[in-house]
Amino acid sequence: MNASTTERWDEFMEGIWRQNPLFVMVLGLCPALAVTVSAVNALSMGLATTFVLTCSCVLVSLLRKLIPKEVRIATYIVIIATFVTVVDYLIQAISLALYDALGAFIQLIVVNCIILGRAEAHASKNPLLPTLINALGMSAGFTLGLFALGAVREILGAGTFFGIALFGADFQPWVVMVLPPGGFFVLGAWLLIFAAIARRKNARPLSSPAQGVR
Amino acid sequence: MTSAVIPPQTTSAVAMIRTLGLIAALCGFIIVSAYQGTYDAVRENKRIAVERAVFKVIPTARSIVEYVASPAGEIVKVGAGGTAAVSGAVKFYAGYDKDNKLAGIAVEGVAKGYSDNVRILFAYDPAAQTVSGFGVVTSRETPGIGDKILVDKNFLANFPLEAKLTADLKKLANAIVTVKHGSKTNPWEIDAITGATITSRAVGRAINDAAQLLLPRIVPHLSALKEKP
Repeated sequence: MNASTTERWDEFMEGIWRQNPLFVMVLGLCPALAVTVSAVNALSMGLATTFVLTCSCVLVSLLRKLIPKEVRIATYIVIIATFVTVVDYLIQAISLALYDALGAFIQLIVVNCIILGRAEAHASKNPLLPTLINALGMSAGFTLGLFALGAVREILGAGTFFGIALFGADFQPWVVMVLPPGGFFVLGAWLLIFAAIARRKNARPLSSPAQGVR
Repeated sequence: MTSAVIPPQTTSAVAMIRTLGLIAALCGFIIVSAYQGTYDAVRENKRIAVERAVFKVIPTARSIVEYVASPAGEIVKVGAGGTAAVSGAVKFYAGYDKDNKLAGIAVEGVAKGYSDNVRILFAYDPAAQTVSGFGVVTSRETPGIGDKILVDKNFLANFPLEAKLTADLKKLANAIVTVKHGSKTNPWEIDAITGATITSRAVGRAINDAAQLLLPRIVPHLSALKEKP
């Protein structure tokens, strides 16, 4: 692997791990809490956001020299809204059941702060390739985050995974997990795990044999 | 203040408007292409969704025809030709069996449930003058409580539910009501689910409201609906 490939890989992993939009930056909580009642919903929402984030950032990056800074926010919003509308039609064409399940949260991707944040902080200052890699990394991080929430909530709250029953008929679903409070419980647990891992990683160089150190 | 203030670099108004206009035009083009490109698939999906919902409540149906019943009591087929919208007209679906005979009529009803409107589709059996069953179109009722209306055996045993009209065909002879669990005595009453009374009531009210409005318009014309057009 040469230096530039490594750099690109680092840039991609940035969004998945070090700057994970959901678990590290804690952005985009509106869809993260609202639609993650099942693994399918979470994954679809993640893919829809991926499409909008990637397309918007690519277009912003291509037009970055053309957009006067005075009207940049208006321009970004128009671009993001365009791709949200496209994804809205696409989901309707793919599956109406999915469209109903995601409800208003597809349209609300317009105001997802991750997307506007990426367009403003990254895409408007970088050429096409780094932008594409950064956007894909962030999207993958967000999608994985949503999936982590959705999978846990579906398994505990409905006893299924992708609609397949995991436990016997005696399983009493933990209904609170698919209700709004359950979203907060599961998100809190994931944030705890991420924070604990980050802390151990930072502490390791000081206490040399890391094993057994509490 | 002696030093001359360096004027901030500004973009001319023309440039701003030009850029915004250009980008808006580009975005407009993308949106319209997406709309045009998905139009047929979306319409087909919607048609299949309606068909599936109707087939679920009228199990013997093999094809459906969409009609509207106007306040004047006229029944018009909704066709590909494009029917002019009549104000106050109510949509319903006639399901036909494999011999193209009327198998049942599916009507949409809506009523306020526990967390939002509960939209249901119920089947009216014209021969028996009963509501033979229902399905949920949209509902945001509490999972595990309100959504029991589709699985609770005692609740489903309420159907077929009597929906006879008075002799002059102006309204239901007995309004459909939801009663407390265990106190159902008449065939037009719905026995509520314990713990999900509000959702059970919503089902009763949705059926009653839609039946009171629509059945007096449909029943006098049943002979016209008997065969698939």
